[in-house]
Amino acid sequence: MSTPLLAVENIGRRFGGFVALEGVSASFEPNRVTAVIGPNGAGKSTFFNVLSGVLPPSTGTMRFKGRDLAGTPQHRFAHLGIARSYQITNIFPELSVHENVRIAAQAFRSRYEIWRDRATLTELDDKAAAALAAVGLAHRGSATAKFLAHGQQRALEIAIALVTDPELLLLDEPTAGMGPEETKEMVALIEKLAAERTILLVEHKMKMILGLSDRILVLHHGRLIADGSPQQIQSDPEVRRVYLGQNDGYA
Amino acid sequence: MTLSAQSLDAAPRPLRARLAARRVPLSILALSLLPWILPSEALAVNVLVYGLVAVGYNLLFGYTGLLSFGHAAFFGTGAYVTGIAIGRFDAPLFAALAFGVAAGGALAFVIGLLSIRTRGIYFSMVTLALSQLVYYIALQASSWTGGENGLRGFTVSELNLFGWTVDFLDPVEKYYVIMAFTAAALWFVSRILNSPFGSVIEAIRENETRARACGYDVERTKLISFTLSGLICALAGTLFALHLAIVPLDILHYHTSGMIVMMTLLGGAGSFFGPFVGAFAFLLMEDVVSLWTPHWQIVVGSVFILFVLFLPKGIWGTLMAWRAGR
Repeated sequence: MSTPLLAVENIGRRFGGFVALEGVSASFEPNRVTAVIGPNGAGKSTFFNVLSGVLPPSTGTMRFKGRDLAGTPQHRFAHLGIARSYQITNIFPELSVHENVRIAAQAFRSRYEIWRDRATLTELDDKAAAALAAVGLAHRGSATAKFLAHGQQRALEIAIALVTDPELLLLDEPTAGMGPEETKEMVALIEKLAAERTILLVEHKMKMILGLSDRILVLHHGRLIADGSPQQIQSDPEVRRVYLGQNDGYA
Repeated sequence: MTLSAQSLDAAPRPLRARLAARRVPLSILALSLLPWILPSEALAVNVLVYGLVAVGYNLLFGYTGLLSFGHAAFFGTGAYVTGIAIGRFDAPLFAALAFGVAAGGALAFVIGLLSIRTRGIYFSMVTLALSQLVYYIALQASSWTGGENGLRGFTVSELNLFGWTVDFLDPVEKYYVIMAFTAAALWFVSRILNSPFGSVIEAIRENETRARACGYDVERTKLISFTLSGLICALAGTLFALHLAIVPLDILHYHTSGMIVMMTLLGGAGSFFGPFVGAFAFLLMEDVVSLWTPHWQIVVGSVFILFVLFLPKGIWGTLMAWRAGR
């Protein structure tokens, strides 16, 4: 077995006396799609916030490509190759769609260079245009981001994450609030991205997850209760009890 | 504001972009006409100096999105340090200016360091409290600052600019010397806004969480912006000291900070020309209204409230939006 891209061991996170996440261990191989599911309050968002550096874990270790992430500030995660989208659309609303992506690409330049004109950094424009094309927004570059349709804003957020060419892409409910048509487009996009990237996603739409994922992690009350292929998860009695059985299809 | 994105469009560039491309020469042109259109040269110098403070403040408030209520501290420190350097140490003029700017910038760095990690109203309150601390220090250290009477005794009557002597007692000559410094500062601010750094502070203003997730060290960027903003305000302070030949203690009071916020909002936060337009409108109103009533602040305050309620983009911002909407 090769070195996993990301390995977490015994990860836990407390908020005061509340244990949001406890004893989660898992490792993630490159170029796989892994879904994280669980009922509301299961700790999925906390897990994602820990993986993306928003919250430092209270216990446990995280290694990305063998490197210990302890003490790494959040903004360094993007530089290491971990990018994310948020459950609630998180873009630069007043900037143009193009600038939204361009600013993300610019973060990888080492200096601010006050003596330089930002318009001369044309390689950033090329990168931004390529990322927008990859998510199907090439024609909306000059629009102000807040005027995009919801599904397009979600796609824009993925373009923002994608432009830095991350090895690990964390998608927090990429189809939240989307209708069936938009969801279909998003699934197609994720499938396309999955060919050359490691993707972790939180989702509630079971049908979509079962079709898309190579592997599923199930969280319940902050603990990892199951970890396996979609088939294994579907037939796991514990998972059926806490999650699938309650409401078929959607949570 | 992104020239790159606009240049992708085939449509002709809007007025806003055309103005933005020549904003420094246009500002200088407008400023050089001021002494001839305003009732007095003293008022014109005030517009210059307060306009520059507002420009410096706007870098932090309008572009980075941080509402500081303590910018009087940098403005005042620039003025005091320059005055003390000349009056007490007989420092040459340019050295005195440099000391004033450096001291204001250093203070901004320290206050920034202490306040940046707080957010929203707490940030405003921390900056307010720290600047009041500076005020009380100036009040107490009266052997250095002159305390309540202000700092006096450092009149500059002549300025030697590379062999060319300027009579500083002549209001018009004085105006153009101060304008030259202001123009240099405007060019510097325009340079910052045009640079990649300018994109980053705008991104932080728009969405701090996203900027951090993109890989920006938000705290460090804010601190740099805070310090640069303080430097510009300190420069305005040094020019103010040269202009008045006294430094009133009030310059450090939070009233001054409030006035800077008002001017910036009145003109239009987040626009290049806005702060000068705001300073111009504010001081002109003060000048005109105080001729017929000592309660000019009631009138200026009412106008300010109306702007915040109905024209939150300020004079310049509204003008540009109206022009773009036609």
